Amino acid sequence: MDCKNEVVELMHEYLDGDITKEDETKLGKHLEGCKACQQHFHELKNTITLIKSTVETKEVPPKFTENVMKNLPTEKKRVKYMRWFRAHPVLTAAAIFFVFLFSGILSTWHQDTRLVVSKQEDLIIKGDTVIVPEGVTVEGDLVVKNGNLKIDGTVDGKVTLIKGKLIQEDSDEVLDGENLMASAGEVNGEFESVNKVFEWIWYSFKSLVEGIFSFDS
Amino acid sequence: MDYMIRDKIKKVKKGDQSAYEDIVVLFQSRIYHHCYRMLGNAHEAEDIAQEAFIRAYVNIHSYDDKRKFSTWLYRIATNLTIDRIRKRKPDYFLDAEIKGTEGLNMYSQLATKDRLPEEEVQGMELQHHIYQEIANLSPIYRSIITLRYLEEFSLKEISEIMDLPLGTVKTRIHRGREALRKKLRHV
Repeated sequence: MDCKNEVVELMHEYLDGDITKEDETKLGKHLEGCKACQQHFHELKNTITLIKSTVETKEVPPKFTENVMKNLPTEKKRVKYMRWFRAHPVLTAAAIFFVFLFSGILSTWHQDTRLVVSKQEDLIIKGDTVIVPEGVTVEGDLVVKNGNLKIDGTVDGKVTLIKGKLIQEDSDEVLDGENLMASAGEVNGEFESVNKVFEWIWYSFKSLVEGIFSFDS
Repeated sequence: MDYMIRDKIKKVKKGDQSAYEDIVVLFQSRIYHHCYRMLGNAHEAEDIAQEAFIRAYVNIHSYDDKRKFSTWLYRIATNLTIDRIRKRKPDYFLDAEIKGTEGLNMYSQLATKDRLPEEEVQGMELQHHIYQEIANLSPIYRSIITLRYLEEFSLKEISEIMDLPLGTVKTRIHRGREALRKKLRHV
């Protein structure tokens, strides 16, 4: 048997744990009779023991994880959003719907400057001022858009004033809803004044929802 | 354990960065030690281990769920350490002649090798000597020996980590053992 190659090869197979039973017996027999190979084999096993002896455990540097996390690249915002949109299609559809809804409401706020009154019977319109004359009772809700309102009579219902002011009799003083009851006219219902964009959005949205839910009643 | 890793990776792939933190915590010690054993320098090891985790994160989409995550991570770390070793340039050679002198080289500048008795801490010396011999192997051999005997991977796992055929890993581990046997036979 050739000590220098074949037997050494068997030794390595043995050390890797993939030697066959047959070869193992062969190796064992050879080692019994060959001092040089015995020495070689012993040195190999000893080498492995020595290598393993260098295992040393060190502390992982402090804040290792923290530093890794800090140095991770931040995703581009766009990528992040796209991923989110793809993961939530229903919410995305809802979001797009609301964007269109609000931009529609917003554009009507900016474009529409015509004076609109919900009821015209018995009401006097002077320029951009709508007057509820004395002795007149408006039954139901009253909505005035893009104009001022002066109440000398009575409104039996809710008053909504959009982009306009409430004018007290014979003066330019502007009243808010709370002082209304003290003025000459009377409102037997809620008073709502819409003068800001956000109020307008809220108002439009509310009327839309009310419109949907009161449809069949 | 495997299930937990798989779950975290899925989250990371979906863009959940915080899920990656648990992955780092789980593997930091093993990857750091692997780098330390390969490089023999705590500072470099920290650098490369960090880099390995960052690369793994950036390339997480190329990780195939059907394979073991640790193997994939070890492959990244091993490749980085091998690159780093290859890029190292010795600052100077000990046997290069010192400029402006005749026949003087850096060896003559070194302190005597004899150590004081109290410095002769046998165990430490021996370990250092063995480590030095492993470090003298070429990077590929060094990583195979390290993975096999210090991190106790099977030959099959090593072939996956190193992206080498199993037969090649076996040949290299045989040669590595022989090389070290010759260096360490008199220890």
